[in-house]
Amino acid sequence: MRTFTIGGIHPPECKLTAGKSIVDMPLPKQAVVLLGQHIGAPTQAVVEKGAMVKTGQLLAKAGGFVSANIHSPVSGKVNKIAEVVDASGYPRPAIFIDVEGDEWMEGIDRSEDLISECDLEPAAIVQKINEAGIVGMGGACFPAHVKLTPPPGKKAEILVVNGVECEPYLTADHRLMLEKAPEIIVGIRILMKALNVDKAVIGIECNKPDAIELLQHIAKPYPAIEVMPLQMHYPQGGEKQLIEATTGRQVPSGCLPIEVGAVVQNVGTIFAIYEAVQKNKPLFERIVTVTGKSLSNAGNFRVRMGTPIKELLDFAGGLPENAGKVISGGPMMGKALASLDAPVAKGTSGVLVMDEADSKRGQASDCIRCAKCVAACPMGLEPYLLGALSEHKDWEGAEKQHMMDCIECGCCTFTCPANRPLLDYLRIGKAKVGALIRSRKQ
Amino acid sequence: MSPHFHSGDSVSKNMYNVLIALIPALAVSLIFFGWSALLVTAVAIASCVLFEWLITKFIMKRPCTIGDGSAILTGLLLAFNLPSNLDWWIIVIGALVAIGVAKMSFGGLGNNIFNPALVGRVFLLVSFPQQMTTWPKTVFQLKAQAADALSGATAAADATTGATPLGLIQAGMTEWLPSTWDMFIGNVGGSMGEVGALAILIGLIYLLVTKTITWHIPVSIFATVFIFAGILHLANPEAYVDPITHLLTGGLMLGACFMATDYVTSPMSKKGQLIYGAGIGILTICIRTFGAYPEGVSFAILIMNAVTPLINVYCKPKRFGRLKK
Repeated sequence: MRTFTIGGIHPPECKLTAGKSIVDMPLPKQAVVLLGQHIGAPTQAVVEKGAMVKTGQLLAKAGGFVSANIHSPVSGKVNKIAEVVDASGYPRPAIFIDVEGDEWMEGIDRSEDLISECDLEPAAIVQKINEAGIVGMGGACFPAHVKLTPPPGKKAEILVVNGVECEPYLTADHRLMLEKAPEIIVGIRILMKALNVDKAVIGIECNKPDAIELLQHIAKPYPAIEVMPLQMHYPQGGEKQLIEATTGRQVPSGCLPIEVGAVVQNVGTIFAIYEAVQKNKPLFERIVTVTGKSLSNAGNFRVRMGTPIKELLDFAGGLPENAGKVISGGPMMGKALASLDAPVAKGTSGVLVMDEADSKRGQASDCIRCAKCVAACPMGLEPYLLGALSEHKDWEGAEKQHMMDCIECGCCTFTCPANRPLLDYLRIGKAKVGALIRSRKQ
Repeated sequence: MSPHFHSGDSVSKNMYNVLIALIPALAVSLIFFGWSALLVTAVAIASCVLFEWLITKFIMKRPCTIGDGSAILTGLLLAFNLPSNLDWWIIVIGALVAIGVAKMSFGGLGNNIFNPALVGRVFLLVSFPQQMTTWPKTVFQLKAQAADALSGATAAADATTGATPLGLIQAGMTEWLPSTWDMFIGNVGGSMGEVGALAILIGLIYLLVTKTITWHIPVSIFATVFIFAGILHLANPEAYVDPITHLLTGGLMLGACFMATDYVTSPMSKKGQLIYGAGIGILTICIRTFGAYPEGVSFAILIMNAVTPLINVYCKPKRFGRLKK
């Protein structure tokens, strides 16, 4: 079985909710819709306070090519446009909507019928994806239509579909593959048409044999679509690692996947694309895994964007007494929340409640130079050295040691026997080195 | 800040794994050298731990670090590098040099350049050359000797000390070498923990299975010694002993498995570790074959310890997405 070649770790899986079917989460009383839910230019609100909106109605327009429209996840009245502390811990502008009923925009097909054929031209497909405000739903939130528009001179050769879900605890993509497999295969065919590629590969880690088997069965009539079981190996869901695992190609440092002819989309994104193109449904809801060892009703929920995370926890049985922290995302790359009022956004793949006992970091001691971080780094970097350079504020030195190649997967900190917060140092270093590079360009 | 997950690995876990891996070698030294071996071990460990405690408490005024197990490990490895009949005060001096000079003066675990136990050992070797090279015979050698004396087979049978295999090679007395089997199980003269190749290999397997170390350093040392000594032996079998003898004698096994693999003083990248191991192998054979000392593993490791920072600068891990041009 294939995997990527450099570094990586094997964290415990903790997939507590793998057997839990997707359940519809009740609508919130008030939806808090962030104006920025993607990487790129911020959006501009097109509704005002007091306006009545319908589910699926455009709330905010993309602020540029690398940006994504925001649609209303609920119907009701705009209460205010104000700031809310989001998952990153910073206050961000958001539209607060008081929910009244659930009246959808006309033209959205709410039926469960599978629509397999798509007669649209490639440009029209990309246009529909653009209008629906779809972003990468694995967590990076990069606008999907940008990836589908290769820069001049570059040609996509293969579509790589990310069904890896290597983060411990998260099962949202797993459940989606089990419950929406035919839709995902249609979505892949639509994307292959949009990209004009004749090959697609779905990478799935072998701890999801049911999803592999099901997708292989449904993809059988389409020989151009290959379902590829992969070894379990974190961080295989990383774009560069997944491309190497499935195609054997290494994306050069500092380049995008299109450099080696690959376009990567997560299965959640593929499903959203299916709904946008075939059902005229913009992106305003997603599957969120709400999980934790002490959560009584952990599960996979279909949640409208803007639902406060507090309500997700209440739906999952309430915040346990021994909770130490609540994380948006998985334990390896997720962010600890500063406020439970933070709303679900397009990139919220999971909400993880960690017990207090598991939340504390060990006391850091001096580096013993055991080289375990060097062996674990999937980018072939030396985290101990980058950490030290960052500690000593040697940003030029850090740049020469390829600080910017770091993908922030956390393997170094995970593996460090001296409990050193290596990734914290590397994040600071990346910010500083990035600023240095930008100032040089000016 | 992510990650919110940790492997559960710790410095002390790694140190105690190495200690567990040394138990077979300790058992061998107790079997072959008797209670005196236990005494040497106890004195070495106790003085190493005591010195580390005194230094952290009264000189560095830092939280005590003896709980991480590294001082115990240094003591045990120091003891393994000593003859079992060494006077206790010499051991204490060795421990002071190992912990005080080689380790704590650099800032403690993680910051030292040279392997502390080896620095202690080499210091004693040059300061007390006679005591450090008077090797007691093993319990079984003494029994055999007594039997020989009873039957009147040998005349000079009253000595309780004997030469090490490498000493015999240095003196050109290769016909007196013990059998390969005796060298493999440890029934030969030498430093306490060095003699039992089999026991050390069992420890190595434990270290590899528990992922405490990787194979790169020991295997590159073994391979280099075997190839280099093999070439010399093939060129002139009269003058140079066979590579198997080189592998099984002296401190090579212990050095390759437990001293050269010290985290702090070995290179970080796999490529660097292979170069480091090859350097130790070549230097060891050079010193043994062409140098004044019969044994060269300690010196070879210390020299390569000194080269390690340079190796770290020039040997980088295989980077992702950076093809060689």
